[in-house]
Amino acid sequence: MTATIATPEIGRARLRKEDARLLTGRTRWTENITVPGMLHMAILRSPHAHARISRVDVSGALAAPNVVTAFSGADVADSQGVMACAWPVTEDTVLPTYPPLAVSEVRHVGEPVAVVVARDRASAIDALELIDVDYEPLPAVLDMEAALAEGAPLVHAEAGTNKCYTWVFDSADAGTGGSVAEAAEQAEITVSRRFVQQRLIPAFMEPRSVLVDPTGGEWTIWSATQIPHIMRFLLSATTGTPEHKIRVIAPDVGGGFGGKLAITPEEWITFTAANRVGRPVKYIESRSETMVSGHHGRDMIQDVTLYARRDGTVTGIDVKLLANMGAYLGIVTPGVPILGAFMYNGIYKFPAYRLECTGVFTTTTKTDAYRGAGRPEATYAIERIMDELAAELDLDPLEVRRRNWIDQFPYTTVAGLEYDSGDYAAATDKAMQLFGYEQLRAEQAARREAGDPVQLGIGVSTYTEMCGLAPSRILGALRYGAGGWETASVRILPSGKAEVVTGTSPHGQGHVTAWSQIVADQLGVPFEDVTVLHGDTRTSHKGLDTYGSRSLTVGGIALTMACQKVREKARPIAAHLLECSPDDLEFSDGAFRVKGTPSAAKTIADCALAVFTSHDLPDGVEPQLDADATFDPQNFSFPHGTHLCAVEVDTETGAVKIRKYVAVDDVGRVINPLIVEGQVHGGVAQGIAQALFEEAVYDADGNLVTGSLADYTIPSAADLPELVTDRTETPSTTNPLGVKGVGEAGTIAATPAVVNAIVDALRPYGVNDIQMPCTPERVWRALQAGKQASKEVQA
Amino acid sequence: MPRVAITVDGTRYEDDVPARTLLVYYLREQLGKVGTVVGCDTSNCGACTVLMTDSDGVPRAVKSCTVLAVQADGREVTTIEGLGGDHPVQRAFHEHHALQCGFCTPGMIMAAVDLLRETPQPTDQQVREGLEGNLCRCTGYQNIVRAVQAAAASSEVSAA
Amino acid sequence: MIPAAFDYQRPATVADAVAALASAGEDAKVLAGGHSLLPVLRLRLAAPSVLVDLAGVAELRGVREDGDTLVIGAMTTHAELAAESRVPLLAQAAATIGDRQVRHRGTIGGSLAHADPAGDLPAAVLALDAELVITGPNGTRTVPAREFFVDYFTTTLAPDEVLVEVRVPKLAGWQTTYSKVNRTAQAWATVAVAVAVQRQNGSIAGARVALTGMGPTPVRATAVEQALAGAAPDRIAEAAALAAEGTSPPSDHTASADYRRHLATVLTRRALQAAAG
Repeated sequence: MTATIATPEIGRARLRKEDARLLTGRTRWTENITVPGMLHMAILRSPHAHARISRVDVSGALAAPNVVTAFSGADVADSQGVMACAWPVTEDTVLPTYPPLAVSEVRHVGEPVAVVVARDRASAIDALELIDVDYEPLPAVLDMEAALAEGAPLVHAEAGTNKCYTWVFDSADAGTGGSVAEAAEQAEITVSRRFVQQRLIPAFMEPRSVLVDPTGGEWTIWSATQIPHIMRFLLSATTGTPEHKIRVIAPDVGGGFGGKLAITPEEWITFTAANRVGRPVKYIESRSETMVSGHHGRDMIQDVTLYARRDGTVTGIDVKLLANMGAYLGIVTPGVPILGAFMYNGIYKFPAYRLECTGVFTTTTKTDAYRGAGRPEATYAIERIMDELAAELDLDPLEVRRRNWIDQFPYTTVAGLEYDSGDYAAATDKAMQLFGYEQLRAEQAARREAGDPVQLGIGVSTYTEMCGLAPSRILGALRYGAGGWETASVRILPSGKAEVVTGTSPHGQGHVTAWSQIVADQLGVPFEDVTVLHGDTRTSHKGLDTYGSRSLTVGGIALTMACQKVREKARPIAAHLLECSPDDLEFSDGAFRVKGTPSAAKTIADCALAVFTSHDLPDGVEPQLDADATFDPQNFSFPHGTHLCAVEVDTETGAVKIRKYVAVDDVGRVINPLIVEGQVHGGVAQGIAQALFEEAVYDADGNLVTGSLADYTIPSAADLPELVTDRTETPSTTNPLGVKGVGEAGTIAATPAVVNAIVDALRPYGVNDIQMPCTPERVWRALQAGKQASKEVQA
Repeated sequence: MPRVAITVDGTRYEDDVPARTLLVYYLREQLGKVGTVVGCDTSNCGACTVLMTDSDGVPRAVKSCTVLAVQADGREVTTIEGLGGDHPVQRAFHEHHALQCGFCTPGMIMAAVDLLRETPQPTDQQVREGLEGNLCRCTGYQNIVRAVQAAAASSEVSAA
Repeated sequence: MIPAAFDYQRPATVADAVAALASAGEDAKVLAGGHSLLPVLRLRLAAPSVLVDLAGVAELRGVREDGDTLVIGAMTTHAELAAESRVPLLAQAAATIGDRQVRHRGTIGGSLAHADPAGDLPAAVLALDAELVITGPNGTRTVPAREFFVDYFTTTLAPDEVLVEVRVPKLAGWQTTYSKVNRTAQAWATVAVAVAVQRQNGSIAGARVALTGMGPTPVRATAVEQALAGAAPDRIAEAAALAAEGTSPPSDHTASADYRRHLATVLTRRALQAAAG
């Protein structure tokens, strides 16, 4: 049985192994899982943005039909553990106490206050209405600048401030560049803007449900999470439950986008409830609860100043950020803006950079990672303001970018990152060709000339991002509480099939398919003969899970390394079977072959059978081929690309229609082009959604006005354009596969491309910025304000 | 408690159900048809879409979270599990990578089946508008549109 | 979420439905297609004790002609209405409601009785000067659309009355159009306009303009209508500028009152131009 694999698997558009059960509805969502004796839990949530809890009376609920127990935060204050933040970004970061069930005070609408556990879900929900809570309302704190003002009401009185931290980066101090103050003094031109990153809601399609089975002094927990491994560790650490007694399973998980990069109060509360009743307890979350309790994203104010010479050369960039933490800190809340802090120079050779970021507490749902986490914000700011610089200088926006972009690699940026590879010109040229840039510019000119009520605008976004989170030493230097490595195991079964265990935790990304392709190439095991296990800490005991476009660039490398170890274990066995020296063998076309006599070959399957029988192994060789590997990257990877967007803006209604969208991305070497394209499509859709549609809105009392999918307008197929996608391929030099990561690229790139296009359409009317989302009304108002300002200038 | 008789995926069921039971929970909890999922509580996401006959006997896409089980009394319901697994739309979704996390997929497929019943050869714009009641957060819909067009082009659907 | 418990009745006739409502008292709700009511129940924003389902009342379904009038049964679905070529304005408005699944279940009677100020059909029936036929314990009465809508989510329907049919003049020779702006395809209208125009000898003999999203109820833009009576089509822009006169649009997270007023004038102008063109 000497198979040969003629076609490399890497690079093939393999159809996904994951699809079969998803297409037929035989899927293990957490909500679908039931265990014997299971009870249902429902949560009573705060109707106030900020209030003292003076009394909670659950006796009415306890007396209701089918109710097994009901309790408040005060009832479990000593046993419920706390919600942990893993990323205090400075030594003096304020880390407020964050109980899963509020004990004495609520700090945002939707905060859990009490629970009912009942025989069925309807009874549990019915009984919530019988719980009496007395609240003493306290002032809501919603606006970040107001929250920092002297005398502002405090979200956490014991902290004495609403400031969570201030984090500063200065290239002059870091030794990575010059002084921004000097750049300011010498600037020939200065461009300043305030950009507002509106608050967004991740809005994964599967709400976050959880089931805890405490049977037998061990805890099995199913949760719709991106991070089963991290959750196990933190549940153990914060409740004192031995880690080896906890098994966390992320079964099929319906999307995450950072929104399930979370440990949730609901998980901890369900754990507490299961312990109190000694039976399995399931919490099924409704969408309206997810909207108000699952963490939100973005919500930053960015004051950006660019200093430049008249030839368009940028000499410095100064950034001041206010980042809304919300009421509490999630697992990486403070770190989200810091992930972006290294990207404000984008793809450019800026010589000086300063950033000051202040985290602010408000009485709102906490923020945390959402697709791109910090990097979309940074990219938006730099790509928007580069357009404004171009406008000031009357240059084409692409020309200003060309005059500043990095053209030699590796390149150490002003933020201290080493960009290993890239080709910004190649991606841009390809994008312009696909887009028909010159024709669209000509049409734009014609419409302007004709005074067409529907104007055309063209937006550019030449982005990069840092993927592959993350080198552990860098995370340590940034005060993050964990490492950034990833792990993989390869087990070769007696029949030669391969079983992979990965520490990544996919929820739509297609790891099972892509990992199978990697193993097929590395070991010559057919694609169909590879199975991939994930998301269950019993089979995958170690891992750092899936977020930050890290799975392939870290986990995929660990898998490659494990495969290489398997090969080296098999080599002496193959040599023994072929009666030659191990040094005489090369691994090619899926098998060990005798150099010069390629027909003399043994596959991994041959070796697997040999170790299974172990009748005839070379002396001293352990009879197994399995291997583990853990990879800790030495650097990030830096995907890049050029996105071009043309919009039609109805100047009478303000309505925006995307006419054409071209994305050319360079994500390094591609394992599966089908999956990569899908990631770009979905990413771009979310980026467009930020630009045009989505915003979490609070009213003056701190109620989430956009608390349902009827009000939080996520786009449907009818609202989004066809996307033209293509790639350039510049392999990363920081990992052996040459891969870079693709999960967040589209989201990072798209938002500024769309907004730049809208501003471009309206620039003749005196418009030089529009706040997101660019709703018809915002566009119309910007037009009115621009026209008014132009009139005043003329007068 | 009202008694209902509903034919689901070809099997007739008779059950007593509380009046407030939503069709989707009847399917999931009483019949174990967990392929149909709940993604929202305002009838927006479409993840719970199934086909249900109206009084004229024609099966049409409905959001089973916004239909009471008692309203389905006497009707025929088809869920994703009733398509058999090799339906042209299911196959096209696989071949065109029209799903990622897969949570919206059952509802999306049922809506697409309904769209093609009504408009066997739709334009891209008709596909987009025809699926406006089904939200997907992963795919940007691009490959979903491709898949529906591929299914429309396949002989089984156009002949049907 | 799951609705609070309720009792369920499915009468077979209008008379039985009225009787069921009368005996259940103020706490009963009529269930038509359920696409406004069930989300409200799921979010527990309402908890009626009894639902009276009209699905079993065959006489409420379907469209028939009565001279110059089209009589539309209250349980006619949006999808059926969208396919109804005899009332193009209603068909066009119905085709924009929600999505295909919603249109398969939602009904004209439910939509009008729910009286959402952002709903599509209320403005359309208002523009058509339709009449609503209502049956209660004391018999049947007919209410002009102009008098039917009272306030936000409020109509002249008494709790024990059932909206049974909508009588719509065919308006032979009139041109109609329905146009709206919304945030996403699925979203409620920010503002919408329903217009009907009758042209005679090159001028506009009659114009009816009804607006959605411009106040607690759909409203007729009477200033526009008056300005257009007998006017030449080139007066449309001037007349449409009056569209927001006398309206009281809300300011909410979707749009401000100012923007809605502006949008009303633009949409009205465009719709009139399309209908009169």
